[in-house]
Amino acid sequence: MSSVRPGAPAPPPPPDGQPEIALSPGFVARMTGQMRAGGWIAPLLTVVVAFFMGGLVVAATGHNPLSTYKAIFDGSGLQWLFPWTSGPDRDTAAINLQQTLLTTGPLILLGLAVGYAFRAGLFNIGGQGQYIVGSIAAVWAGSSWAGMPGWIHVILAMVLATAAGATWAGISGALRAITGANEVITTIMLNWIAIWLGVYLFGLGGPLQNNAQPDVPISNDIVHSARLPVFWGDADLQGLHIGIFVALAAAVVYWVLLNRSTKGYEARAVGFNPEAARYSGIRVGRTYVLVMATCGALAGLAGSLDVLGWQFHIATNDIQGTQLAFLGIAVALLGRNTALGTCLAALMFGALVNGTSVRNLDPAVFEPELAQNLTTVIQGLVVLFVSADVLILLIYNKLRPRRRARGGGAAGPAGDTIEVVA
Amino acid sequence: MSTAAITRNLRAPDGGPSSGLTRERALGWGGIALGILAFLMTLPPFEVRSIGPSVVLAVLAAGLGVAAIVGGERRLGGGAIAAAIVGVLGAYGATRSGTSHLEVVVSWGALTAAMLRYATPLTFAALGGLVSERAGVVNIALEGMMLMGAFFAAWGADKTGTWVGGILIGVLAGMALALVHAIFAVSLRSDQIVVGTGLNFVALGVTGYMYVNSYGAQGTPDNLPSVPEVNLPTDSLGFIGQAISQLNLLVWGSLLAVVLVWLLVFRTRTGLRLRSVGENPRAAETVGIGVYRTRYAAVVASGGLAALGGAFLSIGFVHSFSQNMTAGRGFIALAALIAGRWRPGGVLAATLLFGFSSALAQRLPEFSPSLATLFQALPYVLTLIAVAGVVGRSTPPAADGVPYQREGN
Repeated sequence: MSSVRPGAPAPPPPPDGQPEIALSPGFVARMTGQMRAGGWIAPLLTVVVAFFMGGLVVAATGHNPLSTYKAIFDGSGLQWLFPWTSGPDRDTAAINLQQTLLTTGPLILLGLAVGYAFRAGLFNIGGQGQYIVGSIAAVWAGSSWAGMPGWIHVILAMVLATAAGATWAGISGALRAITGANEVITTIMLNWIAIWLGVYLFGLGGPLQNNAQPDVPISNDIVHSARLPVFWGDADLQGLHIGIFVALAAAVVYWVLLNRSTKGYEARAVGFNPEAARYSGIRVGRTYVLVMATCGALAGLAGSLDVLGWQFHIATNDIQGTQLAFLGIAVALLGRNTALGTCLAALMFGALVNGTSVRNLDPAVFEPELAQNLTTVIQGLVVLFVSADVLILLIYNKLRPRRRARGGGAAGPAGDTIEVVA
Repeated sequence: MSTAAITRNLRAPDGGPSSGLTRERALGWGGIALGILAFLMTLPPFEVRSIGPSVVLAVLAAGLGVAAIVGGERRLGGGAIAAAIVGVLGAYGATRSGTSHLEVVVSWGALTAAMLRYATPLTFAALGGLVSERAGVVNIALEGMMLMGAFFAAWGADKTGTWVGGILIGVLAGMALALVHAIFAVSLRSDQIVVGTGLNFVALGVTGYMYVNSYGAQGTPDNLPSVPEVNLPTDSLGFIGQAISQLNLLVWGSLLAVVLVWLLVFRTRTGLRLRSVGENPRAAETVGIGVYRTRYAAVVASGGLAALGGAFLSIGFVHSFSQNMTAGRGFIALAALIAGRWRPGGVLAATLLFGFSSALAQRLPEFSPSLATLFQALPYVLTLIAVAGVVGRSTPPAADGVPYQREGN
């Protein structure tokens, strides 16, 4: 502003103005530092503490936490991995594990969608909305054009879902870049807008409601040729479809994008210090838009996997009930925003979700409706304790005093003890 | 100190150099008023049935807007042009629709009463956010604190048999969650946004768990004690009189809370200390103000206020509890806090606007039942626009969201 006279309007915000509340750059830096130094012990501690406290909730309401967790574990099908599980147990475990992996695929993508934003200093709580618009696009594309060759149809539906998610998240990125509006609030508002949009589209009299039953608020079915092929288990009993490989491939792309590409470098630079990034010539505002669009693309793709892989249609209830995307936040934070960490955290939460589902949890041991809320509590505690790195690192450092003493306090450049940067 | 922080500190807290009424600002506001008038005259009770006068007013409004922009007042000028466009579109819609529909939808007395009801939970929560953020702690967990208030007020009212007991237990539950927020955000210096997000999930899980555990499939009992309505003999005093003749006690409580929070934060020594901790904690500590203690108190108070909003939802408004019943209201309250520029009066204006949009969303289906669900998105769209539109002018407390570390720690 060359000449500011009294009474003139306030200078417009910088083109990529910082919003009033944002993730502290210190947090982003700390998480990255922790990844280098803390390894996988800090996340593991986080999980243990969260499950322990969840167990306290179970115990406080008069249930047995150990048998509850055992039943949840059995419901997740993870015992299939143990070689000593055999006979009918093994068959049941296989079916349960297929369900767990069905959830793990989208969760990987939803976790990456949060993690990439985190690395750029953005907090994408809008996975739910991006997932919903992605699934809306996929169900529309998958149920139209019945004569199209199968693989083109599948890819087209996925691409459209990806584009829809990217657009939806891009709105938040653009608002942050242009007006400095906080993406936490805008992504949450876009979640609710996506929910009501979906309820309108598939609701009674809505434009995308199914043609066959006018009194059922549900979409048309995905045509058979546009469904993702099942490679493990019975296709009629919701076997495991190839979507998990799409998710794993996305994790590889994520790693390359973040660590080996210019765009990823710019995103990380902005996450560390937007001011410094700007002075070094990175267009911060454009980075915000691109990062958010990438995140939305991942979440939208997750929506298409569920629709094309096992749901095959969307009811208005599904749209209002979907909480999967919020788990992406816990997955990303627990996985330290890395590709591998996100995949492992997604497997854990996928197991938790299916272990507590009505279908898999033995109601004689613990009511599934209660257990699903227990999942939410554990999810919240994980996020809470990841944020409190000071606390977890304190425990971590307390647990290894001897090695610290032997190292004499100066143990290499990475530091033996993890320092907390304020 | 980063350059952003320096520029931010240079700006005066209230929009800085642009405050005060200049000729350009008057032009801008005049244009906005004319644009609104263009719409208003086609609605009951005036019901001008032709579009002509509205078009004339809208053109005038746009002209004033252009004049304001030429004079350098871009924001208000843009606002005037937007008001002109919205005004003429609204007037077109209103003149085309039947008067009977119009009179059902735009029944000012009922609309105002509904606006106040929908605004109440938001006002309580936004005031909570104000207290916390004025002390320098961002409270994303308002949503969770409201939810705690909503469930535990219903649970407490059921167990104690009185609504007073319900409110007490609800507020205590909100404060308990807020205490956890304070421990993490203040003592452990966690990232406040991540802590808040985690606590929102914890609140969602805990209230859902307790709800299923206590009430199962039946839901909360039908005879839940509820906060009483206040009946006033004001029915003859125009639409405002009709609107306020029967409102819930907590609606009045929220308006009182606006005044009380304003007095506390801006007119007392305690408030001055609170704000100094939010603006410059180091300086506050130097003169002997306990930064941690102040922030703890502010966050816990904020939890209590947000929980009051939640309590109103469950035992003052809906008379039952359902899982995740706050439905993003905590975040709308945060947006209202930003749009209201961290001041009680501004916050009230913003929550009334969001409340009005919710009230309208309940009545618009009269025009088109198939679009009814789409109208439900209105408050969220409006919040999006508000956050995007006002942020440039809005300056938070300087140390908002910055964890404070005592020297020598």
